[in-house]
Amino acid sequence: MKVGLFIPCYVEQFYPNAAIASLQLLEKAGVTVDYPLQQTCCGQPMANSGYQQYGEGAAKLFRKNFEGYDYVVCPSGSCTLHAKEHILSGQEGGPKIYELCEFLTDVLQIKSLDASFPYRVGLHASCHGLRGLHLAKPSELMIPEFNKPLSLLEMVKDIDLVHLARKDECCGFGGTFAVFEEAVSVDMGKDRIKDHEQQGVQVITGADMSCLMHLEGLLRREKKAIKVMHIAEILNGQIPNN
Amino acid sequence: MKLPQTHADAAADFLKDTERSHWHDETLWHVRSKRDASAEKIPEWEQLRTLASQIKDHVLSNLDNLLLKFEKNAQANGIEILWAKDAQEHNEHVLRILEENQVKQLVKSKSILTEECGLNHFLEDKGYDVVDTDLGERIIQFNKQVPSHIVMPAIHLKKKEIGDIFHEHLGTDEGADDPQYLTEAARQHLRQKFIQAHAAITGVNFGIAETGGFVVCTNEGNADMGTHLADIHIACMGIEKLIPRAADLGVFLRLLARSATGQSITNYNSHFHRPRKGKKMYLILVDNGRTKQLGREDFRNSLKCIRCGACMNTCPIYRRSSGFSYNSTVPGPIGSILSPGMDLKKHSTLPFASTLCGSCSDVCPVKINIHEQLYKWRQVITKEGPSQPSKKWAMRFGGNVMSKPKLFDLMGKMARKSLSISPRGFVYNSFNAWGKHRELPEVPKESFKDWYKKNRNK
Repeated sequence: MKVGLFIPCYVEQFYPNAAIASLQLLEKAGVTVDYPLQQTCCGQPMANSGYQQYGEGAAKLFRKNFEGYDYVVCPSGSCTLHAKEHILSGQEGGPKIYELCEFLTDVLQIKSLDASFPYRVGLHASCHGLRGLHLAKPSELMIPEFNKPLSLLEMVKDIDLVHLARKDECCGFGGTFAVFEEAVSVDMGKDRIKDHEQQGVQVITGADMSCLMHLEGLLRREKKAIKVMHIAEILNGQIPNN
Repeated sequence: MKLPQTHADAAADFLKDTERSHWHDETLWHVRSKRDASAEKIPEWEQLRTLASQIKDHVLSNLDNLLLKFEKNAQANGIEILWAKDAQEHNEHVLRILEENQVKQLVKSKSILTEECGLNHFLEDKGYDVVDTDLGERIIQFNKQVPSHIVMPAIHLKKKEIGDIFHEHLGTDEGADDPQYLTEAARQHLRQKFIQAHAAITGVNFGIAETGGFVVCTNEGNADMGTHLADIHIACMGIEKLIPRAADLGVFLRLLARSATGQSITNYNSHFHRPRKGKKMYLILVDNGRTKQLGREDFRNSLKCIRCGACMNTCPIYRRSSGFSYNSTVPGPIGSILSPGMDLKKHSTLPFASTLCGSCSDVCPVKINIHEQLYKWRQVITKEGPSQPSKKWAMRFGGNVMSKPKLFDLMGKMARKSLSISPRGFVYNSFNAWGKHRELPEVPKESFKDWYKKNRNK
C-alpha cells in the first residue's frame, strides 16, 4: 500500500503541528507514508472563487505528485473533496484520495488509539467533510446515525465530548467567503463559538484546520480561553499548549 | 450602469442590528428544527425525496409533450388556457381578462409567480386595487414591501411591528400585538374583500397533465375563499409546475409541508378541475426564462423546485442576512441559482453568498444540487458577469504561485517572515478584511516541509 500525504497549503505554512500529527498518526498505524516535496495546494481557493481555470496549474501538479500512489491521505475534508471532485475525478486508475479520519476508519479500520485527552471537547463538523465526503450523518438527512471523526475521538481516553445545540451548522469560513462576505462570516463564527462556550468547551476540534483557523482568529481577538486543535493532534495524544 | 448593492453589503447592513439578526436566525432555525422533527417520523423520507426528484426529472425531460397534454385535458374540462412567454405577456393576459369581464374588485392568494411578474404594480398602475389575502402577504402589502421569504413572506417582521401596521391600516388598538386579536382583525377585513371580489387570482402548486386539473396549497384557505366567491378564477402557473399523474401528487404533498414548516400536510390542498356553472376559469402558463434555464445543462435541475423554502430556513447566510439582501423575488439558496439565469448582472453576487456548506442540497425535498450549481454559477459569472479586475488578478497570481513549488515555498517563507516582523498596525490595516474581527494565525517557527526535511527525508 503506497500512501502519499497531501498537506493543504495553509496547514503546511501555518499549522505544521496538524501535519506532523497526521503523519505520526499514520506511521503509528503501521503505514509507510511519503510526503512528496513538490506539493503546493489543491487549487480550491481559485476554483471556489469562480476561477477554476487558474487552479489548473495546481491541479496538474497535484496529479503529477501523486501518480503512482494507491492512496492520497489529507487532513482536510475540504481539500480532499475538491481534489476528489475536480482533480482526480474521471481519471483512469490513479490514486484514491481519503480524508484522514475516513482513511483511519474505512481503510485502516482503526479500533483503538493510544491517546488520552483530559479536556472538555466540542467537535466542529466541517461542511465539506460532512456533506461532501459523508464523514458523518448530516442533520438534514434521515438516514442511520454514523460519525467517523466522533468515533475516533471516542477512542481517546479521558476525553469529555459535548453535545452542541446545532451540531453541524457551518462556521462561516467558506474560503474567500470569509473575506468577501466578512460580516456574515464573522457572525456565523461567533455563533458557533457561543454554542461551544455554552457547553463549557475547553478545546474545539475538527477535521478541517481552515474552519478552526477562522474560529481561532475570533477566539484570540476576543481573548477567549478556548483553544482549537486539529483532530489529528488529539488522536495523536497531544495536549493543548498554553 | 450602476450595479445594485452587493449581497455582502446588504447583509452587513442587516447585521448591524444584532438583536434583530439573532432573532431572525433563531426564528428560521426553529422552522428548520420543526422540519427535522416532522421528516424524522417518515421512515421512507429519503426514498420520497429520490422519487420526487425522479418524477421531476421525467417532467423536465418531457416538458413539451406534458404541457400539450395538460393544455388539451384542461381545455376539455372547460378551463381557458393562455400561454405567456414572459412577465409582460402574463400581466397583459390578466389585464385583458379583467377588462373583458368588467372586473372591478379582485383578490389574490399567494403566488410567487405573480411577484416574479410584478403583477401587483402592473395592475395598480392601471387603477386596480389588488388585495393580497394571504395574511403575511397582506401585512407586507400594507407595509409596502415585497416578500422576504417565499413561504413566510412577513417573517422579517416582529409581532409588535405587525401590531403597529394593523393599527395604522385596520384601526386595531394602539400597541396591541396579541396574534389572535390581530388575526381576527385581518379576518374581518379580508372577509369584506372576499365578498366584494369579482375575480380571484391564485398561483398553482401542481398542474396535473393526466387530468388537466391543478392543485393550490394554502394554510389559510384564502385561495378557496377567493375562488368560491368570485365569478372569475385566474390561475397563474410556471410551466415547470407540472406533474405527470394524479398518483404522483401524494409524493409531493407529503414532502412540501413537512419541508416548509414541519406540518404533516398543508391545511388546504384544493383541487381545481373545471369552472362551476356560469363561472369562468383561466390558467396562464408562464415561461419567463424557464425554457432558457431548461436549456442550461448545469442549471436545469433548479426547475425542480416546489417552492417549500426549506433551503432558506436552513441556510446560515439567509438566516443572518434576511430575504431582502438577495434583492430578488426568490431569495436564499434556490433564488441564488434561479436569479442569475434571469439577470446575470443584477444577481452576480448571489452565488457567492454561500460557504458551499451543502445544507440546502441535503434539505431539498426534490434533491436539487443547489450548492454545486452555486459553484458552477461562480464559474459563469467570472467569465460573463461584471468584471472584477483586482479579484481576477489576485486569483491568477495565486494560481500561478500554486503551480510552482519553489515559488510557493519562497512566497510562504516571505509571508511568514513578514508577518512575524511587521508592526501590528501594518498587518491589520483597513484592506485586511480577515483582520477586522479576527487574528491571523500565529507564525510557526518552521513550515511542515522544513520540519519534514529535517526529520524524515532520507
